[in-house]
Amino acid sequence: MKRTVPMMIAMIGGIIMMIQYFIPHQVSQDVFNYYTEWAPLVGSFALVLGVGSLTRVHIHKIRAKAPNWPYSYAVLIPLYLIPVFAFFLPASIGGGTGKPSVFDFMYSRVQIPIQATMFSMLAFYIASAAFRAFRAKSALATILLVTAIIVMLAQVPIGDLFGRWLPDTGLWILRFPNLAAKRAIELGVGFGMLATCLKIIFGVERGWLGGAGE
Amino acid sequence: MRNTTERRFMLKHLELLLLMVLLPFGIAQAQEVGPQDATAPAVDSSNPSDSSAVSLDTALEVVPPVEIAPPGAVTVSDFPNDAGDHLLVSFEPSPDEALGILVYRIYRRTPGATDGTEEWAVVKTVAAGDHTEIVDGYDPDYLVTQGTQYEYRVAAVTADCREIPGEVTVAQVVGRGEWFHTEKLKVLIGCIIFISLIFYYFKRAQMCHELYLRPIPGIDAIDEAIGRATEMGKPILYVPGLSGIEDVATIASLTILNRVAKKVAEYQTPLRVPNRDPIVYTVAEESVKQAYMEAGRPDSYEANSVFFVTDSQFAYVAAVNGLMTREKPATNFYLGMFWAESLLLAETGSLSGAIQIAGTDAITQLPFFITTCDYTLIGEELYAASAYLGREPKQVGSVKGQDACKGIVMTLVTVGIILSLVDIFTGGATDPSKSLLLKLQGLVDVTSLE
Repeated sequence: MKRTVPMMIAMIGGIIMMIQYFIPHQVSQDVFNYYTEWAPLVGSFALVLGVGSLTRVHIHKIRAKAPNWPYSYAVLIPLYLIPVFAFFLPASIGGGTGKPSVFDFMYSRVQIPIQATMFSMLAFYIASAAFRAFRAKSALATILLVTAIIVMLAQVPIGDLFGRWLPDTGLWILRFPNLAAKRAIELGVGFGMLATCLKIIFGVERGWLGGAGE
Repeated sequence: MRNTTERRFMLKHLELLLLMVLLPFGIAQAQEVGPQDATAPAVDSSNPSDSSAVSLDTALEVVPPVEIAPPGAVTVSDFPNDAGDHLLVSFEPSPDEALGILVYRIYRRTPGATDGTEEWAVVKTVAAGDHTEIVDGYDPDYLVTQGTQYEYRVAAVTADCREIPGEVTVAQVVGRGEWFHTEKLKVLIGCIIFISLIFYYFKRAQMCHELYLRPIPGIDAIDEAIGRATEMGKPILYVPGLSGIEDVATIASLTILNRVAKKVAEYQTPLRVPNRDPIVYTVAEESVKQAYMEAGRPDSYEANSVFFVTDSQFAYVAAVNGLMTREKPATNFYLGMFWAESLLLAETGSLSGAIQIAGTDAITQLPFFITTCDYTLIGEELYAASAYLGREPKQVGSVKGQDACKGIVMTLVTVGIILSLVDIFTGGATDPSKSLLLKLQGLVDVTSLE
């Protein structure tokens, strides 16, 4: 029963959504909107489970005195304290979500700079990955290296200094061989998605059910 | 000699120079309204506030406006393939459009309504000479309601801000929703062919026909990677992508997780599954639990092996990179949907010395995974992985169905290439009437079936 009911819901919902795609009538649009309105509701319930999981993992670390366990306090204290400041405490003692507040300070002065730092590291990672990828160890790797140099130089103004042929060649590589490969992958991805959706709708694929009913 | 040339040049351009010098003075003089202007009436100095209005009116009287004919008939028709919330409005432009019409304003009202829509509202303004057909209903402030009879009026607006209204037209039709989107007929036919092929191969696979699947190195390496982690006594890290459960790549990843977890349970190797989405976390947790039960080792399941981290993209990356650095997993799986974090994760994993298997349908992230991982499942291989690992007949049948569809597309592409080459040699590339490719497109184009 626990397995059949979710599968029936998925099957009926999937078939309705498939048919709905071809019907532009208002009735069909209303059905679609009604279904999609449920998604945020489910998500908000699942968030409670997520926060519960995070708490459980870190409490376990603190209790077991696992390596680096003091850092778990750095997760748990802000996790519970910041919502208290944001939603329950008055603005006079730093509560609320406006400016100035503890929530605003932690978000704009701590979280955003840390996220920006993580993102900026990508530039260094790209350099080290490119160094590894562009070593001309074989004929194919050499072709990759030459192609990459042409495409990169074609994208920057300095490429024009070598002659008009360089930007034109770079553009040709992007427009023809590169686009052809991308389209081939996209085509395969499209078919793969369709097949996976069909397998879910008709109950062939049951991995998404987890252990329901077992 | 040189002086003579310069003199000639100066004389030649003298008129132009004089004109350039005198023109600004002339313009300034012309714009000045002096008391000596014989045509200007006397301004009533007792009411200074009215002086400008009097002057403007008088000026307009002095230069009588050009008579401009209003816009012609308005035709309203139902917009096809919609929910009845759009109308196609076309109008005949004014025959005097060249005499200074800048724009046309299209007004709409609902006669007899009591909700404020009975007043004329400008639903669209179009430039003169641009186009004379609009789709009404896109503006969220002036939505079209299905089944409502509207009235339309088009007004021409001149350069001197005069508005010349056309006649009021009662819409000939009301908005009606359609029950089939005719432009999606091609998609429907494609879907029917695809679904039929999938079901055909489901049946063939169930009838115990041996179906061949080409080997994919990335999938074959999964067992080897799990074995390596077991030998080294280190954990396995499985990242199920950063997207939500609504993403098909995430569902494919969770299916692979189930298979991987089953093998991990058999080998009794520690597993770490950090999650970014709370719904994905709940499904992943159940999936791993189920795998341990199916492997006959429910007691080996660690409650904290599947856990939620955060829904913030880079905070998640920081947490997973930290885990890789501290615990040094022997094997890393990155399967699912990834964005900018793909390289941050995979490069850290590469530096930690782990064997890495990645798979995604995000084309922009594939180069990063190919560069930094040992094996990469490219696009569709991610979706096929579950069939490869399980080898269940229906799963294998679905892969064969996909291959058959790709075969059809490849055939069409090959025929298109051949016909393009033939067109180049026979002159069809420059003369559309001789083009074989265009003739084939006409045959294949399913819009002709409508």
